[in-house]
Amino acid sequence: MQIVTANRLIDGRVVFRDADGRWVESFAAAAVLDAAAATAALEAAGRDVAVRLIVEPYAVDVISEDGRLAPKAMREKIRVSGPTSGSEAAAHAALSRAA
Amino acid sequence: MYVYDDFDHQFVRARVAQFRDQVARRLSGELTEEEFRPLRLQNGVYLQLHSYMLRVAIPYGTLSSRQLRKLAVIARKYDKGYGHFTTRQNIQFNWPALKDLPDILEELAEVEMHAIQTSGNCIRNVTADHFAGAAPDEIADPRPYAEILRQWSSLHPEFSHLPRKFKIAITGATTDRAAVRFHDVGFTMKKNDAGEIGFAVHAGGGLGRSPFVGFELRDFLPEADLLGYTEAILRVYNLYGRRDNKYKARIKILLHEVGRETIRDEVEAEFAQIRDTALKLPKADVARIAAQFAPPAFEALPEVSAIETAARAKDPAFDRWVAANVAPHKAAGYASVTLSLKPVGGVPGDATADEMEAIADLADAHAFGSLRISHRQNVVFPHVKRDDLPALFEGLVAAGLATANAGLVTDTITCPGLDFCALANARSIPIAQAISQRFADPVRQAEIGPLDVKISGCINACGHHHVGAIGILGVDRKGREFYQITLGGDAGVDARLSDSAGPGFWPDEVPGAVEIIVATYLALRTSRAETFLDAYARVGLAPFKAALASEEKAA
Repeated sequence: MQIVTANRLIDGRVVFRDADGRWVESFAAAAVLDAAAATAALEAAGRDVAVRLIVEPYAVDVISEDGRLAPKAMREKIRVSGPTSGSEAAAHAALSRAA
Repeated sequence: MYVYDDFDHQFVRARVAQFRDQVARRLSGELTEEEFRPLRLQNGVYLQLHSYMLRVAIPYGTLSSRQLRKLAVIARKYDKGYGHFTTRQNIQFNWPALKDLPDILEELAEVEMHAIQTSGNCIRNVTADHFAGAAPDEIADPRPYAEILRQWSSLHPEFSHLPRKFKIAITGATTDRAAVRFHDVGFTMKKNDAGEIGFAVHAGGGLGRSPFVGFELRDFLPEADLLGYTEAILRVYNLYGRRDNKYKARIKILLHEVGRETIRDEVEAEFAQIRDTALKLPKADVARIAAQFAPPAFEALPEVSAIETAARAKDPAFDRWVAANVAPHKAAGYASVTLSLKPVGGVPGDATADEMEAIADLADAHAFGSLRISHRQNVVFPHVKRDDLPALFEGLVAAGLATANAGLVTDTITCPGLDFCALANARSIPIAQAISQRFADPVRQAEIGPLDVKISGCINACGHHHVGAIGILGVDRKGREFYQITLGGDAGVDARLSDSAGPGFWPDEVPGAVEIIVATYLALRTSRAETFLDAYARVGLAPFKAALASEEKAA
C-alpha cells in the first residue's frame, strides 16, 4: 500500500494526494493506493508539478499500525506528524489543534 | 562591527530585487523547479523535510542587538516564532513560505543582513573565534580579515561554481575555538620574529563521510598575501577538484588523492604568479576595516570585582554559572559570557522570538549591544563588566537563559537531524534532550568537568561528531534509528578525530552508554584537573570500549 506526497510550491508545506486528486495537508485524507494506482497517481502528480501546485512528489509505503494507517519509514512518520521534540513539537501540536 | 557603506547597501538590495523577480517567475511558471533550485539555493533557501528553510548569514558570528531584534521579528511574522542557530554561526528559519522569502530578505537588508552564499558550491560564511576581539590569548582580532575574505569572496565570479562548497575559518588566539583544522581552509593568526602579523594556513580539513585534519600549507603567510594566497588555493581546487562525484569533490579529497605536497607546490606556483597583483592587501585598507572592529571604550577597572566575588559567595547558582559560562577577557575587570541555548530538555541552538528580544535587551544593558553566535550553538556577550555579572545573571534567570553548562556534558552540539533535515538518517535532538535530562544536575555536571558531546543525524556530520570527546552518529539500521559512539575527538589545537567505541546502541540505550563512558572516566582520572580528553590521551580507547562492550552484552 502506498500514498503519494509532495511539498506545496507556494509555501513548502507537506501535502498528500487524496482520492479526488487534490493536495491536502491531512495524511488521513490521503488516497491509499496499490502499486498500479500509485504509478498513475505519480504521473498525475507530475502534471501538478508542471502547473505549479507542488514540487518533488513521491510515493510512500504505508502499513497498518495499531489499527491505523501509518507510513512505514521513520522519516515519513516524522514528515506526517511534524518534528518530534522540543518547542517545535509543541508549536506543531498547537497548530494541529488549531487547524 | 562592520557597517555597510553605500555600495554594500546597494549590493544587497539589488540581490533582494533579483530574488523577488526570480520567485515571481517561479510562481508564474516562467521558471521550472530545475531552473529555480540553484537560484533559491544561492539565496540560502532549501526545501527540507517539512517545508522550505532559510539560512541567514551571520558573518563570523557577529551580531548587534538591533539585528537580533529583527531576527525575532522575522521569526514571529514569517515563521513559527523561533530560529535555530547552527554550527556555522548562522541562523536557520525552518518554516518560511516561498512567497514570503523576498519580503524576509528585504527586512534583513534593513539591518545589513542577507542569505547570500549560505548554500551552494561557493565560499560560505567565514567563521571565527566567538571570543574574537575579547580573548586574552589573542594576537589580534581576526574579524577584520574575515570581513576582507567575505568582501573578496562575495559573488566572486571565478568561485561561484566550485566543485563543492568551501568553508573558511579564522582565529587570532592560541586556543582554537573556531575548529580551523577542520575547515577547507583555516587561518591561525601569528606573529613572526619581526613582530609582523600573518597566518598559519591549514587546508583540506573537514568532517563528513571522509574526515581529515587539515594539512599545514604555510607556517607563516604575511598579512598582505591573505587574498592572493587564498585565491591561489581556490584556483588550484577549482581546476583539479573532482566534479564527477559529489562525495569526493571537497578539497580534502583532492589533497588526499593527489598528495598534500603536490597540491602545496601547485598552490605556491599559482601564488607566485599572482602575489604582486591587485590582491596584495594594502596596510591602509586593512587598517580601515580593522577600525570598524575597534573594541568599545573599556573603563580602567581592577582585575577582581568585589561585587562579583560577594555575589559568588552568597549564591551557589550564580557561582556555578560564573564557573561554567564566564570566560576571561583581555581588559581588566571585564569578561566574555556564554548564554547557553541548551536548557535541560530543550532543543540545542533554538531561541524563541521572545528569547531573542530578551537577549537583545540584556546585550544593550550589559554588553554594548554586541553579540556573537558560537559554532557551539550558543550566544556570547563578548564584553561584560564583571561588576555587571550579578545583574546580567538575574536578567538571564528571568528570561530562562541562565543554564550553567557551557562546555559541560549537556552543552551538546547537535544537528537538526531527522526531525527537520532531508538528508538525515536518524534524529539528533531527542538524543541531546535525553542526555541533558540524564545529566541535568548542575553540581554533577560541574564535577564531571569539560566534556564535549557532539551529535550528528547522518554521516554528513553537521553535529561534528568526529571531533567530539564523545561523538554520537545516528544511522539507519534496517529501518530503525541506531547510534554509533566515538571517543576522543578534539576540534582544537590538538586536533584529533575520534575513535569508534564499538557497534552502537538503540536510541533509548544512548544516555546509559554516555553514563558508562562518564563513570569510566571518573573512575580512572587522576584528579579533577585531568579532563576527559587528558585522561583519554593517557589511557586510550580500551577501558571505555571494554565498559561499553559489557553493557552491550548485558543488554
